[in-house]
Amino acid sequence: MKKGKHKKDPRFKIAEREAWIGIGLVLFNFIWWFGFAYGMGSGPADEYTYIMGLPAWFFWSCVAGFIVMVILVTAAVKFLFKEVPFEEGGESE
Amino acid sequence: MNWQVIAPLLIFLIIIFLVGLWSSRKIDTGSSFLQDYFLGGRQLGGFILAMTMIATYGSASSFIGGPGVAYTQGLGWVLLAMSQVVTGYFVLMVLGKKFAITARKYNAVTLIDFLKERYNSKWVVWLSSLSIIIFLFSAMAAQWVGGARLIESLTGLSYLSALFIFAASVMVYVVIGGFRAVAVTDAVQGGIMFIGTLILLIAVIVAGGGIPNIISDLSSENPNLITPFGFDGGLTPLYVSSFWILVGVGVVGLPQVAVRAMSYKNARAMHRAIIIGTIVVGFIMLGMHLIGVFARPILPGIEVGDKVMPMIAMEVLPPWLAGIVLAAPMAAIMSTVDSLLLLVSSAIVKDVYINYIKPDAEEGTIKKMSFAVTALLGILVCIMALSPPDLLIWLNLFSFGGLEAAFIWPVVLGLYWAKGNRYGAVSSMITGTASYILFHTFYPNAFGMNTVVLPIALSLAAYVSVSLFTEKSISAAADI
Repeated sequence: MKKGKHKKDPRFKIAEREAWIGIGLVLFNFIWWFGFAYGMGSGPADEYTYIMGLPAWFFWSCVAGFIVMVILVTAAVKFLFKEVPFEEGGESE
Repeated sequence: MNWQVIAPLLIFLIIIFLVGLWSSRKIDTGSSFLQDYFLGGRQLGGFILAMTMIATYGSASSFIGGPGVAYTQGLGWVLLAMSQVVTGYFVLMVLGKKFAITARKYNAVTLIDFLKERYNSKWVVWLSSLSIIIFLFSAMAAQWVGGARLIESLTGLSYLSALFIFAASVMVYVVIGGFRAVAVTDAVQGGIMFIGTLILLIAVIVAGGGIPNIISDLSSENPNLITPFGFDGGLTPLYVSSFWILVGVGVVGLPQVAVRAMSYKNARAMHRAIIIGTIVVGFIMLGMHLIGVFARPILPGIEVGDKVMPMIAMEVLPPWLAGIVLAAPMAAIMSTVDSLLLLVSSAIVKDVYINYIKPDAEEGTIKKMSFAVTALLGILVCIMALSPPDLLIWLNLFSFGGLEAAFIWPVVLGLYWAKGNRYGAVSSMITGTASYILFHTFYPNAFGMNTVVLPIALSLAAYVSVSLFTEKSISAAADI
């Protein structure tokens, strides 16, 4: 097997962690989007409440959801993502 | 049509043309021609990377088709379109650093180079080259037709001359400038897409008398328009959610997007691109689809969805500003077409010609080949676009979902799952594409989900099961 021959590149560990963060963000994004849209929007339209003129389900799901994702993505990149060199041997030397 | 609208469009075309020419001057200085021509020498910064990913992904459907459907369906379709925010961060995060590092290790210039090194299999290379050439060529022709139709409808020129103008303004910079010219013009085009969306959104809200007013107009016309379920209640949560696969996470599998994930300079560029990309793609998708919905009370009774965006721009904006805003869909189409043209050319030159026909080709020959193949492809697409053959239109139906189903697992699992092997990759590609075509033809939107969902699940099953099943024979072979 490959793993036995040479030790795993430590940069790949970082990369894998970041890929999982990406998947986590998508799951959160989906739950937020789905929860507000169908949680608040499933009732009859004449009982809707409105925020900034938009139906509340739409405001929370699509407008606020977008803003929340921008904040989360920015925070994830700033605080969790690590800078690694891409060129070969950039670290070991 | 009046000149006040045409003038900004013409100026836009000239600017793109000049920017393309300007950025192509750098091409001779790079160390390796191929890497420079097809990948911009892996030197993209964060802003350009974000813009070229968005602009390549955002096509005629984001600016013309999508708002047209939103006009009919109401807010439910904007909800659906918002699944695309994901593309802004997911592709770069998932392919991420591993793809960038591995691509450099393999010295890969194309997505197929990566697959070739990873799976070490002729079959993978042939299958993937073939599907890229066939599907993306037809996708390109379809966008080409869309671009020419748009110019035709805006300027009143004949289809033939519109096609010629469109082709000439794209081809010259792609042929001589390669990837860098494509990426830099994409950045300008992405900027125009963003500004165009912003201007038109504000103008539509003002023309409709403010958001509360527009929403109450919509709701008194048909209350379904402001629910998540579409004008006739036909948009089920399952159906809308399934678009997260097609236009959200599945985009990882699109070769024209994935190749960009190996083109950036360093980790910092990637980090910036994730943030910028999420903001820009989210804003454009939210804005353009809202424009479609908000246009309804202002201009009721538009029958052809594709006309909503041009008509509302002309209605609510002074002509010169409408010209600037209508440059946005032009930009979206151009920025998709230029990337596809270069990608198909790279599949022919790098993946087929250099890999299997003439591995010892000299730098000079490669250079001439690259220019010639790109130019010939452009001309060929143009001829096809004059009267698109039925086969081409048929193939284009599969270009998006079919490519996703073919590539997503060989790329993603190829990166992260050491046990994935060539047999898994080949069977996953065949299963994905074939089942997509079959489902599309015989059982579209199976079980109430978008057609792409099942083929992607099937190709995952094929990849994993075949890889595990053939594991022993592979490791035995590797030991020898």
